[in-house]
Amino acid sequence: MDTDQFIKTLAADAGQHERPAGQALAASLLVALPVSAAMLLSTIGLRPDIRTAMHNPFFDLKFVVTLALALSAITVALHLSRPEATARGWRLLLLAPLAILGLAIGGEAMQPQRTSMLTRLLGHNSMLCLTAIPVLSLPLLIAALIGLRRGAPSNPTLAGALAGMIAAGLAATLYAAHCVDDSPLFVATWYTLATAIVAAIGALLGRRLLRY
Amino acid sequence: MRGRDEEWTDLMRSANAGDSVAYQRLLKAVTPVLRAGARRGLARAGQPIDQSEDIVQDILLAVHLKRHTWDPAAPFAPWLFAIARNKLIDTLRRRGRRVFVNIDDFAETIPSEAAPETLPAGEVTRHLEALPQRQREVLQSIAVDSASIKDTAQKLSMSEGAVRVALHRGLAALAAKMRSV
Repeated sequence: MDTDQFIKTLAADAGQHERPAGQALAASLLVALPVSAAMLLSTIGLRPDIRTAMHNPFFDLKFVVTLALALSAITVALHLSRPEATARGWRLLLLAPLAILGLAIGGEAMQPQRTSMLTRLLGHNSMLCLTAIPVLSLPLLIAALIGLRRGAPSNPTLAGALAGMIAAGLAATLYAAHCVDDSPLFVATWYTLATAIVAAIGALLGRRLLRY
Repeated sequence: MRGRDEEWTDLMRSANAGDSVAYQRLLKAVTPVLRAGARRGLARAGQPIDQSEDIVQDILLAVHLKRHTWDPAAPFAPWLFAIARNKLIDTLRRRGRRVFVNIDDFAETIPSEAAPETLPAGEVTRHLEALPQRQREVLQSIAVDSASIKDTAQKLSMSEGAVRVALHRGLAALAAKMRSV
């Protein structure tokens, strides 16, 4: 086909505008969140002592960390959904949840503890954490990938990994309400590992799905 | 180049505000630059440069479908060249070449008209055949027969709205097919 003809065709379609990636991402995540929440509530549920736990700052801190992960991943993913964007500088944002965790580990270490560091790190149920977060992530990962498909990332593998981090951050926020391990050492080990698993799945999917 | 970049940015802003004449002018204005960059990239990869027209159309289609990712506060040229590089790399990779496209393949070229030895672009036409019937008919009417949306609607006894939807979906499907080659 002649390029002039092709341009005329594109111009005929000029009235159709896609929604920006940010709006599409917000919409699809809002659909997936209740699904993941229902998955949690209908299976393992909330921890029985959640009311008392809420007075423990280390319990509350888990939500700060996981939400910081989700929000920083959303911000970086949306930035990188523009074709000319580079990751330089923005990557540092992803260190925010790790920085909070680092401070929390320091804070915990300064307090007298009844259990050893290793006991707190291993926690009660690390295997459940490693399974539940990736499983709860699945609807959110699909949603994040659908939302980010509106973008035009120059590195679809990286964009997919970020979709995985968004999903893992939100799934971990839900799972934290079930998890009885509140030590930042536990969170830094197992939540991080679970996030890495989901990010790897996201990277593999993004590589194919987020090309434009 | 400053004057050119500013002109493009202005045209794209008008296009976003609904001015389809400005949009068509913009696509026409960038095409010779994209063509020169594509030829340069093909030459660097040791590929025949007479296939540049398929790459040009591939880039134009991506520009069209992803134009909402352009930030109106930013200049247009870096956004355009980022898409162009991405598409050029994609094409060369599909042909099994591991290549590094020079950043300046697109930014620093002298615009080039379609040379007589350039092969006509065949990719779009080829993928057109594989689209669902409605989308294919609409695209053929508008792209090949140069009919307006109104005339196409009459000819196919569809509403103008349905023609617009089929056109947009057809272009998106075309892009998906070009990616998956």
